Amino acid sequence: MSELIKPENLVYQKSKVLTDKVMHYCPGCGHGAAHKMLAEAIDELGIQNETIGVAPVGCSVLAYYYFDLDMTEAAHGRATAVATGIKRVMPDKYVFTYQGDGDLAAIGTGETIHTCNRGENILIVFINNGIYGMTGGQMAPTTLEGMKSSTSPFGRDIKTMGNPLKLTEIVAQLKGTYYVTRQSVHTPGNARRTKRVLKKALEYQKLNKGTCFVEIVSNCPSNWKMSPVEANKWMEENMFPFYPLGDIKVPEQ
Amino acid sequence: MKELKLMKGNEALAEAAIRAGSDAYFGYPITPQSEVIEYLMAHNPYERTGMVVLQAESEVASINMVYGAAGCGKRVLTTSSSPGISLMQEGISYIAGAELPCVVANVVRGGPGLGTIQPSQSDYFQAVKGGGHGDYKLITLAPATVQETVDYVKLAFELAFKYRNPVMILTDGIIGQMMEKVELFEQQPRLTEQFDWATKGKVSGKDHVIITSLQLQSEEQEKVNLRLQAKYREVEKNEVRYVTHHCDEEIDYMIVAFGSCARIAQKAMEEARKQGIKIGLFRPQSLYPYPYDAINKMAGKLKGILTVEMNAGQMLEDVKLAVNGKTKVEFYGRFGGMIPSPNEILNAIKTKLIGEK
Ligand SMILES: Cc1ncc(C[n+]2csc(CCOP(=O)(O)OP(=O)(O)O)c2C)c(N)n1
Ligand code: SF4
Repeated sequence: MSELIKPENLVYQKSKVLTDKVMHYCPGCGHGAAHKMLAEAIDELGIQNETIGVAPVGCSVLAYYYFDLDMTEAAHGRATAVATGIKRVMPDKYVFTYQGDGDLAAIGTGETIHTCNRGENILIVFINNGIYGMTGGQMAPTTLEGMKSSTSPFGRDIKTMGNPLKLTEIVAQLKGTYYVTRQSVHTPGNARRTKRVLKKALEYQKLNKGTCFVEIVSNCPSNWKMSPVEANKWMEENMFPFYPLGDIKVPEQ
Repeated sequence: MKELKLMKGNEALAEAAIRAGSDAYFGYPITPQSEVIEYLMAHNPYERTGMVVLQAESEVASINMVYGAAGCGKRVLTTSSSPGISLMQEGISYIAGAELPCVVANVVRGGPGLGTIQPSQSDYFQAVKGGGHGDYKLITLAPATVQETVDYVKLAFELAFKYRNPVMILTDGIIGQMMEKVELFEQQPRLTEQFDWATKGKVSGKDHVIITSLQLQSEEQEKVNLRLQAKYREVEKNEVRYVTHHCDEEIDYMIVAFGSCARIAQKAMEEARKQGIKIGLFRPQSLYPYPYDAINKMAGKLKGILTVEMNAGQMLEDVKLAVNGKTKVEFYGRFGGMIPSPNEILNAIKTKLIGEK
């Protein structure tokens, strides 16, 4: 064994932008993979010392323990306002928010839209798992029609509960956004693509051209009440048709 | 260079913010304080000092921008008036919990609800008893003149950084809107210090900085609260501020009033003294920490105290706590944007304190 553990045999290493703290996420949850891709993107760009992150209220509230970065924990929904404050006084830093769908697309809709509309030079990472994970699986604005949650126990009824919200498509229409895309991290290929996308979005920040918005369609095995494998399958079959993966707005060449 | 000018309270506040070396202002318009952001936008602070000014989409956004920027160790402020300050309460609580410095000015108007755009002091409780959720305190300064407004902007930043705590300047529509002669202090440099506690990009070899008010373990959250309480005891020891008029003379009665209301009360006191009533005026300048001891010491030698406020009797509760039964405490107030006249106060001195029919 010991002769195998040599630097020249190294094929994979945990990014130094992640701390050694054990993540509290449920088995199979997309938050862990999304953290990893963002950390690796920051690591590969060599900007760990120039990056300030903003954690949301939601399952990823403790993201500040996992990223070895200077980070601020925002009130529920206010991450992009907090990031605006940071970026305006620290314009040379890379600033990102990491937010769930309740945080970004329900209570924080106003801040999200206005931050994108001002074209703040920040990266917004939006984890869309169609549910409120942290508080125990209540309906989110992104919950699909007919999808069950603890506050839509018989499935989301569009007539009384409204329609699932595609905030990503909305912000793509705003002049202030520079790059808007929707990705996933549920397979190695998708995760690698997401990392490339995150790197590109962070690089764009140096250009001062506007907000970069990366949605990651994700899962919540615990509150969807599925195994991780079932959850990913369900996500492919139900979430992706409504939230199709791919670029929505790319910089004009 | 110091400068003598005739200025409106709100504009003087804005100019003081630039001169205090602020790094950023985030705000949203509301009467009677919109002149603050209007002045800032018109007077190019970015060109003058590099100070950033941004009109946010709401007071909720403004206070959270303040939170983010304050976490970077910068001098940041926001201003608003009552309904806007209500919207900011969650953010102020986070700032207090995360122990960040910032300045918030409330140019109070009458309430409740949309209330009136006329001046009031009805946000006293909100300012000094908490406002948002959790056990926290705002250092609260109450200017009575445009000059004090200017001086308190500088003082507020000093206190905010000394204690890493939000500081509120509690003023009102009278002081915000009136013009007075002011001496403006010299331009202060913006901060260059890199604080250990501030987010600025991780420093190699050091722990990453986390700005948060969250402690999921109750034992840890209790420790945070104990630390905050210890800080507040320090504030109470060091930062009590007040002025008195005729209180060190032989007096039978005393008025307690703060802010613009104290100026009206002063007129009433002068008139009463002309008529032979032995009366003084006590004006707290810091509402938190409150000058309990100083008022208590006075109370023993008095036949009565009249508290005058532009509300239904909020500071009155602190005066009673201070007096602790040593003498009688009466109240005269106008509310909903109404301003008491010196004559009304004089009348209250005679009927409520002296007991004339
Ligand atoms: C002002 C406020 N309202 C409500 C809550 C309760 N709350 C905490 S997290 C959350 C929803 C989180 O869901 P989401 O943003 O989708 O993130 P996830 O947990 O799914 O990652 C809610 C409603 C709160 N903390 N603060
Ligand atoms: S509750 Fe859902 S979103 Fe939260 S960690 Fe568990 S699986 Fe992930």
